[in-house]
Amino acid sequence: MNLTTKNYFNLALFSALIVLPLITENVSGGFYTLIATKSLIMALAAIGLNLLVGQGGLVSFGHSAFIGIGAYCVGVPLFHYFEDGTQWLANGFVHLFLALLVSGAVATLMGMISLRTRGIYFIMITLAFAQLLYYLTTGLELYGGDDGLSLYQRSEFPGSFNLESNQTLYYLCLGSILITLGFQYRWFHSRFGKLIQGARINESRMKAIGYHLYPYQLVLFIVSGMICGYAGFLMANFNNFISPDLLHWQHSGELLAIIILGGTRSIVGPLYGAAAFYLLEELLSSIDYTLGGIKIGEYWQLIFGPLLIFVVLYGHNGIYGFITGLDKPSVTPQRED
Amino acid sequence: MLFLEQVLNGFQLGVLLFLVASGLTLVFGIMNVINLAHGSLYMLGAFFLASFSHWTDSFFLGLLFTLPCCFAVGFALEQLIIKRLYQRDHLDQVLATFGIILFSNELVRLIWGASGLDVDVPPLLAGTIELIPGLGYSSYRLAIIAVGIVVALGLYIVIHKTRLGMLIRAGASNKETIYALGINIHLLYSLVFALGAMLAGLAGAIAAPMLSVEIGMGEDILILTLVVIVIGGMGSIKGTIIAALLLGQIDTLGRAFLPNLLQQFMPDNFAATLAPSLSSTSIYFVMIFILVVKPQGLFSAVGENK
Repeated sequence: MNLTTKNYFNLALFSALIVLPLITENVSGGFYTLIATKSLIMALAAIGLNLLVGQGGLVSFGHSAFIGIGAYCVGVPLFHYFEDGTQWLANGFVHLFLALLVSGAVATLMGMISLRTRGIYFIMITLAFAQLLYYLTTGLELYGGDDGLSLYQRSEFPGSFNLESNQTLYYLCLGSILITLGFQYRWFHSRFGKLIQGARINESRMKAIGYHLYPYQLVLFIVSGMICGYAGFLMANFNNFISPDLLHWQHSGELLAIIILGGTRSIVGPLYGAAAFYLLEELLSSIDYTLGGIKIGEYWQLIFGPLLIFVVLYGHNGIYGFITGLDKPSVTPQRED
Repeated sequence: MLFLEQVLNGFQLGVLLFLVASGLTLVFGIMNVINLAHGSLYMLGAFFLASFSHWTDSFFLGLLFTLPCCFAVGFALEQLIIKRLYQRDHLDQVLATFGIILFSNELVRLIWGASGLDVDVPPLLAGTIELIPGLGYSSYRLAIIAVGIVVALGLYIVIHKTRLGMLIRAGASNKETIYALGINIHLLYSLVFALGAMLAGLAGAIAAPMLSVEIGMGEDILILTLVVIVIGGMGSIKGTIIAALLLGQIDTLGRAFLPNLLQQFMPDNFAATLAPSLSSTSIYFVMIFILVVKPQGLFSAVGENK
């Protein structure tokens, strides 16, 4: 590994993330640890989605559904545990297994149908699936319907660690991200990764060489969905609350915004994107400046919206693109079809 | 009787969907841009109408002021942001227009406040009309259906019988050639976008008396509209009309009759939980089914190679 600028940045970011809770735990009652944990969970989901978007060139607008599925796989068993006290329903390993299983199953079904389409139709059909699941969860009257469900405790991991501590949850999220990134790095330097990238750059040429891409892209879709399902598992534990809002399409937009902010072409990009996204949210909404009787911080999206547009129009591959651009000249992104 | 009334309700929802979807599908068919902010224009139309009709004390005067305002907003939006997205991929388009949604929702909250507004049905159309003996139907809803038919006919005439329409059709099939023939394609794009914005604003304005005018109303209709244009085939006005009317019926009839229908062959309490979620998801099932059978929608106007 040669130490280029981007490696310095990555090293600095990860070191900062490791020591962060040790510092923030004593500031404002650990409030910033919570913000950081939320950013990490969304970063993990964005990393999962970026498998599909950045490497596969398949823009899914429905990945919030998997976050919701993962979260409900924690919330529903916990609900029944509160109702009748069946101990194994509070077990975190059960939740984890369920989250991966159900999100994987749904991703299989969703991918099988969605991957028959491309481009704008792919965006729309994934969105339709997410909406479908969104309305299905609002219909779950037993589990709170529209209002959602409060969870009075986190998943239990008997014999290993206690998730009730915010710091433990933070390090679980960080560890999960590191493992996912490591796995992704290996995976995309394998033959599978080359195939997927080839399909992104020129699908018809890959087909002409003789590859049947559908099964590969389906596997990519499933893994991507499962990572988001796992992020949902973490999210339910973090929030102590589940509701259909998790599946709302605006969260899919948020994930895509994180990816674009960070830069799609790198596997680490979403981490920078999520950091920037939630830092900006905190910073902008805490602006105390009053203009003509209007507190700017209360209307922070007035600034954030145009900023997002600006990054899309002139950002040239996001923050990570900017960092790597310090080493080499950047290229204007062009439509690839 | 009840059935006929629900069919008319479905028709009226279909008309509203068509008004919003027609602009969106033209913008996609001609410029190849997916514009998520189209719902925001619908919302703006409703808010403009609420203010203008309040100031002028007349619904129709309010509507008269609302339309040019929406046209102007659409024109400005195209000049400032959308025209920079023509050469970009769909991901960039989705995100930039997502940014517009965030901005416009916040701007509306700043100007009109977070609580919704109410608009009264104009007194002229407040009554009911007896269509056939025993069936009285809201004359305002009938007026909406009439507006939809007029706009659909108008669009058909503009697109198929006028020079502007000819240019629009030419632009959709080959923009380089008509540019080379000396047509100002940039102006054409701006006009089409602004026209679509005006139609979305019109839909929002005439829908305003039937629902509460609030932030987020744009997103609700946006998703429905996207389903419409995907089913109808991107860029096809004919497909949009058919898909909009179809979805209007499915959605309305599903909500009205599904609960009773399910009770016929399953236990009551199970039907009561299943029916609402099934009726609100029915259109997505239809969309997924159609995309499986015809991945390009029913009547796609955009060529395979686009």
